[in-house]
Amino acid sequence: MSDAKTMKLVITRFDPDVDAVPRTQEYEIPVQPDWKVLDAVNFIKDEVDGTLSHRWSCRMAVCGSCGMMVNGEPKLTCKVALSDYGDELLIEPLANFPVVRDLVVEMEGFMDKFKSVKPWIITAKEMAAEEGTNRQSPAELEVFKQFSMCINCMLCYSACPVVANEPEFLGPAAIALGHRYNMDSRDEGQAERNEIFRGEGTVFSCSYANECSEVCPKNVDPAAAVNQAKLNAVIDWATGLVIPRKGP
Amino acid sequence: MVDVARHDIVIVGGGAAGLRAAIAVAEASPDLSVALVSKVYPMRCHTVSAEGGAAAVARADDSFEMHGYDTVKGSDFLADQDVIRYFVEEAPAELNRLEHWGCPWSRNDDGSVATRAFGGMTTKRTWFATDKVGFHMLHTLFQHSMRFDSVVRYDEYFATKLLVDGGVCRGVAALDIRTGEVSAILGRAVILATGGAGRIFPFTTNGMIKTGDGMALAYRAGVPLKDMEFVQYHPTGLPGTGILITEATRGEGGYLKNSEGERFLVERDYGVGTKAELGPRDMISRAIIQEIEAGRAFKGPYGEYLHLDLTHLGEELIDKRLPFVRELGRIYIGVDPVYEPIPIRPVVHYMMGGVDTDIDGATTLPGLYAAGEVACVSLNGANRLGSNSLTECLVFGARAGLVAVEFANGSSAGNEDALRAQADEERAHIDALRGRVKGGEKISQLRREMTSAMEDGCGVYRHQDTLRACVQSLAQLRGRVSDLRLEDASRVFNTELISALELINMIDVAEAVAISALDRKESRGAHTCREYTARDDQNYLYHTLCSFDPAGPRLGKKDVTLGTWEPEERKY
Ligand SMILES: Cc1cc2nc3c(=O)[nH]c(=O)nc-3n(C[C@H](O)[C@H](O)[C@H](O)COP(=O)(O)OP(=O)(O)OC[C@H]3O[C@@H](n4cnc5c(N)ncnc54)[C@H](O)[C@@H]3O)c2cc1C
Ligand code: FES
Repeated sequence: MSDAKTMKLVITRFDPDVDAVPRTQEYEIPVQPDWKVLDAVNFIKDEVDGTLSHRWSCRMAVCGSCGMMVNGEPKLTCKVALSDYGDELLIEPLANFPVVRDLVVEMEGFMDKFKSVKPWIITAKEMAAEEGTNRQSPAELEVFKQFSMCINCMLCYSACPVVANEPEFLGPAAIALGHRYNMDSRDEGQAERNEIFRGEGTVFSCSYANECSEVCPKNVDPAAAVNQAKLNAVIDWATGLVIPRKGP
Repeated sequence: MVDVARHDIVIVGGGAAGLRAAIAVAEASPDLSVALVSKVYPMRCHTVSAEGGAAAVARADDSFEMHGYDTVKGSDFLADQDVIRYFVEEAPAELNRLEHWGCPWSRNDDGSVATRAFGGMTTKRTWFATDKVGFHMLHTLFQHSMRFDSVVRYDEYFATKLLVDGGVCRGVAALDIRTGEVSAILGRAVILATGGAGRIFPFTTNGMIKTGDGMALAYRAGVPLKDMEFVQYHPTGLPGTGILITEATRGEGGYLKNSEGERFLVERDYGVGTKAELGPRDMISRAIIQEIEAGRAFKGPYGEYLHLDLTHLGEELIDKRLPFVRELGRIYIGVDPVYEPIPIRPVVHYMMGGVDTDIDGATTLPGLYAAGEVACVSLNGANRLGSNSLTECLVFGARAGLVAVEFANGSSAGNEDALRAQADEERAHIDALRGRVKGGEKISQLRREMTSAMEDGCGVYRHQDTLRACVQSLAQLRGRVSDLRLEDASRVFNTELISALELINMIDVAEAVAISALDRKESRGAHTCREYTARDDQNYLYHTLCSFDPAGPRLGKKDVTLGTWEPEERKY
């Protein structure tokens, strides 16, 4: 395709070895009408400036690598079309994360939060592989399915006003993940996770801003997960009981 | 001197195969320390993009014999039959495990796991979680792996070299992408699970990270690559991006149509018989190319294309079973498949070949194992059946993990000084490459030349003269890549350096593909020669081995294990 159009990209640059604070750099590049924002960043990397660092891989909106702030909003850059924007574009690293280099943010804190909700099936008696599968009705699947669709792109952390003020906040994706397991008919770990959810900086820190669900590129609705998790954590505490959801 | 980290088992790769191996080790021997080294965070690796499903016998109308026969026939009789038998028998237990670990498999009304039809499979045996199967399997495996404290992750570490002492592989040199430091990650056995190499081609379903690193690492350590000439073209990629539209679209009833609106697989004889759209991939990709050559294709900015028509399936089914396909169609080609056919063309998808292993995943280098797409355990022969490879990652990832444990238990740690010295050397090499402004060659330019040589030489149909030209170009590129020019001198998250290392790996792998292809003067599975149109069991019923030599690749042969199914004409 050749439809000569040029565009100006203003990109945040930061190399901790050289820069005291982040700076910006402008690139004027030819763009194609069917490009995503990521294509433009890749073009700069490949053809204009090899020193620019960013993460990407699948280019089909499923690996979660390519989140960046585009004109101030967190976006999955392989999913958003360049043509949605004007002639100039501001690209920055995801907000609310420490920056490692250029458009690359620190993920370790996120990974710790992720693991802290025990994102695995907890059950008293594990089935042997030869015993076949659990029965789970389509309706039981539907209860948690949506919350299992998170690609860990971290856009919701960039959008969340609570994370902005309180970096330790467990945050939308991790809560949705814990809730996903709590809602799974095969899981018996609700009590353990609700204990976690009743702790400081978790579900009760959420201020209902709903920004997380608005920016989610996969329509996961983490805000709904947080609300449901809140309710469950309270009910669980109020009844003072652990009611196993599976028969003995 | 580089830092040394000590573990018992070192696994390179955090996709389905690497994670499954790590879990197998952790469950079997909680006291063994596992290093899980991955150049991207595990949930980013390319298993995540698999859409359609994972095969294992699940229904009363199915059997191991049928799954085995479909697989061997799909392979055009180049698969090892003992491997197939082991695979089909282990497959159901592996998918059951995934279910126990929380994989959200799609369900039948009675709560049992649902299965769908797939290409080359005689009955519905492909388990699925809508059309995001790789995504769900990967996240399930990754999340499950987090419960094991014995698994120590090295996320965003790029392995650059296998460390070998006394003829035994005992670790890897790896570059910490964030700090730029090289370290030696040592163990008593190493498992490669680094995935495929689709990025040696310009038009592929594979993500940017699929650069054949593990193949190149093993190859340069003296381990042969096997059956590299067999590259799978998937019939249905989106023109331009190469993004995959899963075979599950046809499993759910979709049609392939030419520009005359004709279901050419039904109307014309392409050897797929009544299977029609559910024929094996090699045959359907050839049929599409022939339709294009016959002038029955649409013309577009990214070459000629055909139609994948789902419009008769209805919105409800598409939303329930193929929601991702709808999303991909809308976002990446501006087509809503509920209302319009999807433009498609054959696209490089999967490497049947890889690091030569036996049924245990053991390579010819003691202490080194390989599983998943990086390996060639010879399950897929000359053509893989869709949905066998996710299951392959599980079955052979687990087995490699367990066999590596046995090996480690009987093996010493090796000479640490010698291993560290090798990593020191590797560090010096990487330091010299980083920010090497005195070079004259540009990464993106060489990558373009490599991928276009591969497209010309190693396409769906191969000609002897273009293949020869391809081999020559690659030999030249192997020379030119030593004169790369790198602009980025920073040690922190230097992705230009990673691209350079990946390019060097890809050129080695590409050369192995092209040389192996030139040597096989027959047509079998995905390897189709214009000049040698028939399968030739008399002369070519063997595995091709390609070994590294500084002077250029050397070729050898390995027997195919037969015994259960006699090779027969492949007609559906
Ligand atoms: C779009 C698409 C759809 C598919 N759909 C299906 C399907 O429906 N069914 C099916 O059976 N198969 C499918 N396949 C094939 C299947 O998904 C892959 O073969 C399989 O997922 C490969 O898994 P793996 O674990 O071997 O490698 P990968 O998932 O590719 O993982 C490789 C790992 O190795 C790491 N790595 C690589 N190099 C290095 C290095 N130098 N240093 C450190 N780490 C490294 C990476 O970080 C990554 O963690 C599909 C493939 C694609 C591309
Ligand atoms: S590159 Fe994978 S989500 Fe964008």
